[in-house]
Amino acid sequence: MKIHEYQAVGLFKKAGIPTSEGKVAVQLSEAVSIAKRLGYPIVLKAQVLVGGRGKAGGVKVVSTQKELEEKFEQIRKLNIKGYAVERIYVARALDIKKEYYLSCIVDNNASDVVVIASAAGGIDIEETAKTNPKAIKKFYLNGSRQPDAKQLTAFIHSVLTSPAHQKQAVDIAEKLIKLFFENDCSLAEINPLVVNEKNSLVAGDAKVVLDDNGLFRHKDLQALRDIKYEDLDELEAKEKNLSFVKLDGNVGCIVNGAGLAMATMDIVKLVGGQPANFLDVGGSSNPEKVLNALKIILKNKNIKAILINIFGGITRCDDIAQGIIQARAQINIPVPLVVRLTGTNEEIAKKMLLTEGIQTFATMREGVNRVVELARKV
Amino acid sequence: MSILIDSSSKVIVQGITGRDGSFHAERMKEYGTKIVGGVTPGKGGQEAAGVPVFNTVKEAKKKTGADTAVIYVPAAFAKAAVLEDIEAGMELVICITEGIPVLDMVEVARALKKSKTRLIGPNCPGVISPGKSKVGIMPGHIHKPGPIGVVSRSGTLTYEVVYNLTLGGLGQSTCVGLGGDPIIGTRFVEVLEMFMKDKETKGVVMVGEIGGHDEQAAAVYIKKHAKKPIVGFIAGRTAPEGKRMGHAGAIISSGESTAEAKRRVLSDAGVIVVDFPDEIPTVFKQKLK
Repeated sequence: MKIHEYQAVGLFKKAGIPTSEGKVAVQLSEAVSIAKRLGYPIVLKAQVLVGGRGKAGGVKVVSTQKELEEKFEQIRKLNIKGYAVERIYVARALDIKKEYYLSCIVDNNASDVVVIASAAGGIDIEETAKTNPKAIKKFYLNGSRQPDAKQLTAFIHSVLTSPAHQKQAVDIAEKLIKLFFENDCSLAEINPLVVNEKNSLVAGDAKVVLDDNGLFRHKDLQALRDIKYEDLDELEAKEKNLSFVKLDGNVGCIVNGAGLAMATMDIVKLVGGQPANFLDVGGSSNPEKVLNALKIILKNKNIKAILINIFGGITRCDDIAQGIIQARAQINIPVPLVVRLTGTNEEIAKKMLLTEGIQTFATMREGVNRVVELARKV
Repeated sequence: MSILIDSSSKVIVQGITGRDGSFHAERMKEYGTKIVGGVTPGKGGQEAAGVPVFNTVKEAKKKTGADTAVIYVPAAFAKAAVLEDIEAGMELVICITEGIPVLDMVEVARALKKSKTRLIGPNCPGVISPGKSKVGIMPGHIHKPGPIGVVSRSGTLTYEVVYNLTLGGLGQSTCVGLGGDPIIGTRFVEVLEMFMKDKETKGVVMVGEIGGHDEQAAAVYIKKHAKKPIVGFIAGRTAPEGKRMGHAGAIISSGESTAEAKRRVLSDAGVIVVDFPDEIPTVFKQKLK
């Protein structure tokens, strides 16, 4: 789960990492009074959970109230990658003498947490990793939540060669690592880490991504979710223990298991159809789940036909059949339904559906071919 | 032969008194797996699924001689369960649990490195050596003993592949579900190595998906060391970028994590990459002539 910069700054402050003073504003009047308190120059930063806000004109430095009023309105009118700007972070502009980069991230391939630092701050780290990998230095924690102080110090010194900043940088790195583990982060990034006019280090930006699987033990962090960035249907699906992702096509898919659900979409496409969604009903086969899945899928008005593709294991085919029959009794399904069932209690399920006039297919290829054909006809 | 488990494997079930644990303990016993005990802290002395329940893995191992553990405990307790197995010196641990925090897995990965324990999973269907032993949640009846090794990041998609193999007259030596999480105990390369050494295995199916770069690592290994035919299937060709597709690890975050990149790199390494799971048996029939 991504959180906004101003929320991440809150976590930084709590952890004792120096940040430039600021506060988030929704209304212009709030921004004006925050700026008055902090003093100019002020930086205005659009709070959006997508990258590239700088390039989109979402970050502006202003020196007077008049300028602030003008830029604030400009930023608020922006649409950054499809998202309106609702909140603007108003902070004291830093007098930047030099910029570094510092982050803590999970390296999945190494099954470890790594601290990344660079003397080239303000950079696009992924881009630099490709074009100038030598500019980036890495320090693996070897599964430990607390790195060896000496090793961390040596690492930081190898990046920040100016003695004036070294002690503070080690302190900030330690605090960033602590914050990272305490909040179950998958990323905590300071980019840039600024040397200001007083020759001390300040976080010029704050980026934190939280591990969804870790959120259950952080009730306070759950509240930081900005649902504007979630698809409402996807959120609703999640509440009902379904995993759902909307796509552009017209063939609705209901499948058990994530891998099979992806493969089903792929094969729909390969035989000439367009999948409308990814939907995994999960392992257990509560008939209610089929009803919920159909309800969510049918909200999409592009749907021309639906394929239910079930490989019964723990999921019992007769439970799925029961769910289909119940759903047909309870809601109107205005498009053709194609059912492929294999595995546990397949025969019982087929009989149940046949009585209802629903034809079933034994293989995925047959089911997919049929649903794509039907979607074309309509 | 087979890899990881066979008819001599002695298995304990962690979380055996829970709903999933007890249900699958019964199914595994029906299949013929040697389930020798279960572990639920605080419920030692009871019986579940017809086997004794112990408070700790250490005690269960001592009393039953178990070498393999399978975990069905909730995500919040899974880290402690695996660490307990490592501490007790269990040889093989298969973790079915889904939704374990990634930093818990970082800690587990560190403990694994210093131990002799092998972890399969988490967030996986388990391992089956057809006709010998099944440790996990897969439907046993779709499998049949034979020459094909299967290694996969998925659950039901693996069943789909196995079902097609069995229909096509090709049985399986061992089927390994690696798990759908970004950090897993065992990755493609390690299982491919085992299959290359296993005399019973004549060919291998690897089922990958979007996210990470384990397929790329596998391609490097295959190019150098693979001496048996490998057929590949990669799920997620229609998956949009930046969206998690059910599995925590199934997300396109870079160019190399796309299905097309993985198909290309495997194909370049000599893997026969198919479009449809039902093509797999035909490919093997030609290759294994």
